Amino acid sequence: MANEELNSGNPKVDIEYRRRKSAEEMRYQVVSFAMMIFLTFVAFIAVGYDISGWFTIPFILVLAIVQVGFQLYYFMHMSHKGHEAPALFLYSGVFVAFITLLAFMTIIWW
Amino acid sequence: MSTYAQKKGVGAVLWDYLTTVDHKKIAILYLIAGGFFFLVGGLEAMFIRIQLAVPGNDFVSAGVYNEILTMHGTTMIFLAAMPLIFAFMNAVMPLQIGARDVAFPFLNSLGFWLFFFGGVFLNLSWFLGGAPDAGWTSYASLSLASEGHGIDFYVLGLQISGAGTLIGGINFLVTIINMRAPGMTYMRMPLFTWTTFVTSALILFAFPPLTVALFLMLFDRLFGGNFFNPDMGGNTIIWEHLFWIFGHPEVYILVLPAFGIFSEIFAIFSRKRLFGYSSMVFATVLIGFLGFMVWAHHMFTTGLGPIANAIFSVATMAIAVPTGIKIFNWLFTMWGGSIKFTTPMLYAIAFIPTFTMGGVTGVMLASAAQDYQYHDSYFVVAHFHYVIVGGVVFALLGGLHLYWPKMFGTMLNEALGKVTFWLFLIGFHLTFFIQHFLGLMGMPRRIFTFNEGQGFETANLVSTVGAFFMAVATIVLLINVVMTIAKNKKVGGDPWGDGRTLEWAIPSPPPFYNFKQLPLVRGLDPYWIEKMEGNKEMTPAEPIGDIHMPNNSFVPFVISVGLFIAAFGAMYHNEHSWGIPVLIIGMLVVFGSMFFRSVKDDHGYHIHKEELMDDDKGGKA
Repeated sequence: MANEELNSGNPKVDIEYRRRKSAEEMRYQVVSFAMMIFLTFVAFIAVGYDISGWFTIPFILVLAIVQVGFQLYYFMHMSHKGHEAPALFLYSGVFVAFITLLAFMTIIWW
Repeated sequence: MSTYAQKKGVGAVLWDYLTTVDHKKIAILYLIAGGFFFLVGGLEAMFIRIQLAVPGNDFVSAGVYNEILTMHGTTMIFLAAMPLIFAFMNAVMPLQIGARDVAFPFLNSLGFWLFFFGGVFLNLSWFLGGAPDAGWTSYASLSLASEGHGIDFYVLGLQISGAGTLIGGINFLVTIINMRAPGMTYMRMPLFTWTTFVTSALILFAFPPLTVALFLMLFDRLFGGNFFNPDMGGNTIIWEHLFWIFGHPEVYILVLPAFGIFSEIFAIFSRKRLFGYSSMVFATVLIGFLGFMVWAHHMFTTGLGPIANAIFSVATMAIAVPTGIKIFNWLFTMWGGSIKFTTPMLYAIAFIPTFTMGGVTGVMLASAAQDYQYHDSYFVVAHFHYVIVGGVVFALLGGLHLYWPKMFGTMLNEALGKVTFWLFLIGFHLTFFIQHFLGLMGMPRRIFTFNEGQGFETANLVSTVGAFFMAVATIVLLINVVMTIAKNKKVGGDPWGDGRTLEWAIPSPPPFYNFKQLPLVRGLDPYWIEKMEGNKEMTPAEPIGDIHMPNNSFVPFVISVGLFIAAFGAMYHNEHSWGIPVLIIGMLVVFGSMFFRSVKDDHGYHIHKEELMDDDKGGKA
């Protein structure tokens, strides 16, 4: 994985390759960080301008989901190999939470 | 560190168990604590049946009856069935996947002590002004009106022991994902390991809703919250939903490991590979998945409306499909096998018709329109005792006989075991079969007595007689345990002679490091494969090398004591000025010991290669 030590002392480690990988990784992180700040601005603008709540609320929810995706996949490295089991449990948890919320929204607070 | 067993004093043994992080010793702790609470819950059941034996009985008062009934349910589910299942998971699962311990031995110990102190806290309510009395479901509209501290004991005790269960579940998940021996792919895992895996996932997703519900209840009762109070804008139905979002998966958390134990028993004593292994795995996962979409079938009469009732009704009936797959697979496993009628096998065989009857009444209850007739009647009581006793308790008793030699190195007496079995089976059906009809005749649940001439006398008396059969069965089991311990006749690694999975390939009880060399797994039922090829032991997957072991720790015990103290402070802070200081002191103990754990470097120790080579007793792979 890309976050292994560069100076492991193992002669087989291709330092050039690792450097390139790390640089690439860094670029993704910076880009996604910039995107996240941009999306946050968009969210603030959407709330600041007095548009209908029927637009604003779903819109900022979508932005929030995108931000969580960035966080998980670029900052917490879920895009790398070897994260299948955490991903499975994460999405199962999301699914259970979604069912719960759906039930609360539809049959308790109808 | 010598690996030879030494004679130790009582104090040293006690200290060893208080600080142990070894999954086998923690399993024994779970077995003792769970067994103790099983006896307490059983005693409460006997009081219930004595009170209901004759009409107009005054053996206990109505108020005390409510407390006994609540504590029977709560104790049996949270403090007996769960820890006993955890006992077998801890004892067997790491051995089945060829691991030297669970992934987080420290957390394993913490999980046990949290459960234990939560359970002790809950039961102290008997001595401190009255036990909880709003039923094990503790519906908010009733429990908020309950006077005294009973419900507070329920909320705080379950919160503490629930944290322990959650920790245990996460630990098992990580262990199964990361610590399988070379060659042990997911589809080669024994079924008990698979059910442990799915159960742990259910714990991971089902316990947080309970934690939330208990916190809301805690704030409502002790800190002036109004989450469930409709007068202040709250909603009492939220508790019911949160409780059952937890509570329904909880019954699968209990019964899936039971299925796993039975799958092992059927394969071992039919001397055949489990029929339809992959469909068994599929059915297990499917039951776990569907288990989260059916909770509202406990609330059909709450007034959810016809659409919600229909959806949850159909989803509930769907669960009969994977369960049916399992029942047929067990039958086909026995078909054509060379069956040995040992005690565990008797429990397994009795389980099939018993559990199927519970399943059939389950489908009847799942039909929302019919449920309006059955709701809160003894029909429901009969149904869930058929699935929980017929499924879970039979599995625990069968599993106790099956795994006793692996845990303690001695065999429980088969003759006495069969006496226990027959008494228990007859007593069980005598007690609960007739309760179906009591329910259909209109006897409501949770009543402390009934009048003469209502037509309930004979059936209730029969039911009470049955309960005494079960009590005698339990006493015979205890005699059996004491006799076995007294005789202390040691047996070998595979005492049943037909062990199929890895745990039977190592000595009983296993050495503290389990496997001297990690075994190479060449298929499903790896030990059976080696036996069929004429090998006496597993093929090792690695040369003998140093084994890294964790050090014992007293910190989990201290953390749990801290929460135990804090719970008292939280509970009494409204009427005593010492409440808040005690709460703070308790939490300081908790966070202080966590801090100590964090800053102190504890790298464990190594068992060196040379010691392992000298150690002939040790498990050779």
